[in-house]
Amino acid sequence: MSHFRSDIRQRAEEAVALYPRPRSAMLPLLHLAQEQDGYLSDQGIAEVAELTGTTPADVRGTASFYDMFHLEPVGKYVVGVCTNIACLLAGGEEFLTHASKKLGCAVGSTSDDGLFTLEETECLADCDVAPVVQVNHRYVRTTTPESFDTMIDQLRDGKLDHDVPSHGTLIRVRRIGGLRASREEVAGQRTAAKAARDARAEGEAK
Amino acid sequence: MASLDAPRIVSSRREFADSFTLTRYLETGGYVALKKALTMFPEAVAAEVDAASLLGRGGAGFPAGRKWSMLRKSPISYLVVNGDESEPATFKDHYLVEHDPHQLVEGVIIAAYALQVNQAFIFMRGEFALGLERVQQALNDAYAHGALGSKIFGSEFSLDVVVHPGAGAYICGEETALIEALEGKRGFPRIKPPFFPAVTGLYGEPTVVNNVETMSNLPWIVNNGGAAFAALGGGRSTGTRLFALAGRVKNPGVYEIEMVKNTFRDLIYDPQLGGGIIDDKEIKAFIPGGVSAPWFGPELLDLPLGQDEVAGEGSMLGSGSIVVMDETSCVVRAVWRITKFFSRESCGQCTPCREGSGWIERAMYRLEHGGGRMEDLDLLLDLCDNIAPGLTWPPQQTTICVLGSSIPSSVHSAIQMFRDDFVAHVQHGGCPHE
Repeated sequence: MSHFRSDIRQRAEEAVALYPRPRSAMLPLLHLAQEQDGYLSDQGIAEVAELTGTTPADVRGTASFYDMFHLEPVGKYVVGVCTNIACLLAGGEEFLTHASKKLGCAVGSTSDDGLFTLEETECLADCDVAPVVQVNHRYVRTTTPESFDTMIDQLRDGKLDHDVPSHGTLIRVRRIGGLRASREEVAGQRTAAKAARDARAEGEAK
Repeated sequence: MASLDAPRIVSSRREFADSFTLTRYLETGGYVALKKALTMFPEAVAAEVDAASLLGRGGAGFPAGRKWSMLRKSPISYLVVNGDESEPATFKDHYLVEHDPHQLVEGVIIAAYALQVNQAFIFMRGEFALGLERVQQALNDAYAHGALGSKIFGSEFSLDVVVHPGAGAYICGEETALIEALEGKRGFPRIKPPFFPAVTGLYGEPTVVNNVETMSNLPWIVNNGGAAFAALGGGRSTGTRLFALAGRVKNPGVYEIEMVKNTFRDLIYDPQLGGGIIDDKEIKAFIPGGVSAPWFGPELLDLPLGQDEVAGEGSMLGSGSIVVMDETSCVVRAVWRITKFFSRESCGQCTPCREGSGWIERAMYRLEHGGGRMEDLDLLLDLCDNIAPGLTWPPQQTTICVLGSSIPSSVHSAIQMFRDDFVAHVQHGGCPHE
């Protein structure tokens, strides 16, 4: 029995087929597991292991290396506030303190209603709109405490659902079709191209 | 005065709100370069890039053409694009993937054709959710347009491109760590030698890894010729470059300007660029190329924005991000935050980096937050010396990758330039700015 919903399972199998080796689909699959469950559940990890030909321990060990993967449940909205150098110079630390008060949870924890998880992030590469705030990895571009509060209230009311999907949903644009160039076609082209290039090189040498 | 008459090579569609769509891309000359390239011999395309003397835009500044030519002996198997932009205060690739994804895709196809590679991967940091969606859409559109897939535009060249999301790890910007992540593992940089993935890369096969901005330059180079590109800029720093300007300036942002013809002062103060310091305060220091680079003081504002020019003064242009600190900025707090970053992002393989970064961060923390001691200054320099012996530039390396040797840059710079600030923190029992 697959733990993944049928649509997630199908996307997972399509992802595996894009790579020469199934293990390469590890990170995309972990994102899919997180899209379904909001975090990496034991069942999700087991299914990723099955699809990548690895073990649950191996998958967990890999996932724990990466900041974006959560091994325990988090809020529907993961709010990330950057305090790295450009944001620090724009008051990022004070901003993080404000966010903690507004959300009613400490940095690294989840609000009592289970809606928000607050994280202090490293540079999110949007430094001209500092301090940078992301919600579920969408840039919300609120740089004042007031606009932050408004944004949070809108999230709570579901008004930003279109821009900010639930935590875990990363890429909403689906790849159309798998690999298009067949292996035989590629092999033929590589052989022909190499022969042509060698012939030209030989011609130059003469 | 800033020199702003050079063409915009990678940000030409900036004023269009729909710059990311295929329609706009085609209306503004998109995929013309690819069609032209497909009529040329692959090595002739590579020769144009060689003639352009295009330096890699990721941080190390290695000539892209030479990276490609190292592979001539053995056919290359994979092209991997590094879009893991994570160097603090660097946000130019972010602009390119969100606003001009087709330009990137066209550059990737051109590079793949020049290298005769039939499989490419675009590795993009996972936090770029919109960028990942825009690039995936661009790939879908390119396939439908005949620019990707089997027999591109009716030629005898086929290519598949897969966009691969990272998951939050600075170290994956290091190309061998990126390859590990692409193989589905932890992002542990590989032991060198071999130094280049061109020898042993993805799945142990010859692989070229190029940065997003490097790829994005290729359509223009094919359209206009390598010589036209090389005519811009000066010395080894040819062409234009995207500079990400951040910190205490009035107009932070991404600016494409000609290299060498402009100085740090132009970028920071020109009204059409940075516009000067917030509230017209005095500049205190600036970081010329990402937080891995040693700092500069105001006396170097007139230094040209060129790779060798910056290297000559003991730092690097790196990832092209410039961070400005002014008289209101606390340099001790800045260094503490930078070392906290390195401590968090150290992959943990090598002792000097893993242990040193945490030790330095703790010493910096107590200087900034109270409990700092005068002997901490010598301790910090000693710790830095253990990671990068001699504290020279470029640094000596005791670790597998350069993350370790990047840690001392800010610490060493700030202690040299602003020792009094550190002493004031010790005497005050914490940050006097608070």
